[in-house]
Amino acid sequence: MTQSTQNKVDSKQDLINYVVRLGDDAIVLGHRISEWVSEGPFLEEDIALGNVALDYIGRARMLYGYAATLSDDGKTEDDFAFLRDERQFENYLINELPRGDFAYTITRQLLVDLYNKYYLLALTKSADPTLVAIAQKARKETTYHCRRSTSWTLRLGDGTTESKQRMQLAIDDIWGYSHELFESDALEQRLIDTGVAVDCAALKQPWLTDVKAIFEEAGLNIPQQDWAVRGGRKGYHSEHLGHLLTQMQFVYRSFPGANW
Amino acid sequence: MVNNMIKNTLSEIELERLFQEKIDAEQKIEPKDWMPDAYRQNLIRQMSQHAHSEVIGMQPEGNWITRAPSLRRKAVLLSKVQDEAGHGLYLYSATETLGISRAQMIEALQTGTAKYASIFNYPTQTWGDMGAIGWLVDGAAICNQVSLQRTSYGPYARSMIRICKEESFHQRQGYQIMIELAHGTPAQKAMAQDSLNRFYWPSLMMFGPHDSESAHSARSMKWKIKRETNDDLRQKFIDQTVSQITFLGLEHPDKDLVWNEKREQYDSGELDWDEFYSVINGNGHCNRQRIQHHVKAHEDGAWVREATAAYNRKKELKQTVDAA
Repeated sequence: MTQSTQNKVDSKQDLINYVVRLGDDAIVLGHRISEWVSEGPFLEEDIALGNVALDYIGRARMLYGYAATLSDDGKTEDDFAFLRDERQFENYLINELPRGDFAYTITRQLLVDLYNKYYLLALTKSADPTLVAIAQKARKETTYHCRRSTSWTLRLGDGTTESKQRMQLAIDDIWGYSHELFESDALEQRLIDTGVAVDCAALKQPWLTDVKAIFEEAGLNIPQQDWAVRGGRKGYHSEHLGHLLTQMQFVYRSFPGANW
Repeated sequence: MVNNMIKNTLSEIELERLFQEKIDAEQKIEPKDWMPDAYRQNLIRQMSQHAHSEVIGMQPEGNWITRAPSLRRKAVLLSKVQDEAGHGLYLYSATETLGISRAQMIEALQTGTAKYASIFNYPTQTWGDMGAIGWLVDGAAICNQVSLQRTSYGPYARSMIRICKEESFHQRQGYQIMIELAHGTPAQKAMAQDSLNRFYWPSLMMFGPHDSESAHSARSMKWKIKRETNDDLRQKFIDQTVSQITFLGLEHPDKDLVWNEKREQYDSGELDWDEFYSVINGNGHCNRQRIQHHVKAHEDGAWVREATAAYNRKKELKQTVDAA
């Protein structure tokens, strides 16, 4: 194999890995939000949360489907979702945290939705046309998600004493998981250099400006004492992910080779 | 105003005669029309029960969203359950036109004075149950709902038209699950058969007791709230399901089923009504669980609803101050 063929193979594998980890982010969060069905504070919210979950599951299908096409070895979107173990999942940790109460879910959504607003915009400028197409579709959904999580944050932050307390508690508990969203590893750096991947470090400032403005209007605070947990992109997860995958993968794995 | 004038000038008997004439002429009764109190109460009972069934019905299927065996199935099941929530909403809104609030209806559900379809007291144990519920439970519901598209109360009839469109999609997705299972591996086929066996009889019972036993039937037929009797609708469902079971290559759970040339319908085995009433009366696997789940979600969400109300009050106050 010549050096240039070897490079092509490596960059294709890099692309597959990148697409799969974006798929991991989407399926893990989609799964978490889907846990709200029949648990919402009122019926309209059951429907709205279902919509958001569906958007993320749809996103995961597009990304895993693209990874399957790139792999060209008979794998399907489902193989990526159902046949990999915890250590192989490379989603950011924030996505796997339990659904928590409604304030916790809204806080996580606000941070992730605003992140996606900038991330997907940047991804529409990727050198990879399929990623551009996926980002363009997903951006429309994220616009709605941002509107929703912003208005809920304002409502709960400026609602009752209890709702404010719950929101602040959620922010304090989740904030430390936001830092790794803006850090790239070697794989992403190689793809940033070829114009394929998003340079997420550049998104931090606009994201933080948005978050601060919304928190200020809602009367909420960014935690003073900063902390950070990292590891999602290395497959170094919280204990929550294993249980999520156990539940998600159990039927698929119990019937190897079956169609559904 | 006009209604009040009519009310004042016509006697109750006269009003009821006009009401019945309208119904006999297949005209819809609308929220502001005069109606006998018993008609109103009968509709509130039936429509709110229908709404509660949609909402409680989210639980047995919601039980499998996180375990769905493919991403496509996960997405389809999630949107289906989401549709059920939507049906619950239309029906609560339609029922509110009769002068009862959603909060009152929810309270009646949670305290047990209002009912929901007893089918949802049965547990969903396997993925096959998602197929059986979509196919049989939604299938039975459609038989009933298609006939309710012609019900005499306008808002109910109109909500049924919309709901039926979505329900037929639900039934197809359930049957599609069954096709995949029945034509899949031996273990999948066994799963399909097991789900059919468990859900077939309870689905037949969804049409309610025999006409001779049905407490509300006769008057509901006269008022055209119901358009077809429990037994007629059940027969339709039995007849349409036979060829669907054959196509799947599964065994029919009713061993006494025979084609009756004279009636051009199937004769079927007798339903186990003792079991039906036993489940209705609290002996199902999930009766307590379903209501407790609903109560818990409602109570857990109380602070969210309070916060929303408080926020809206603050906004209104600010608008008033700004305007002044």
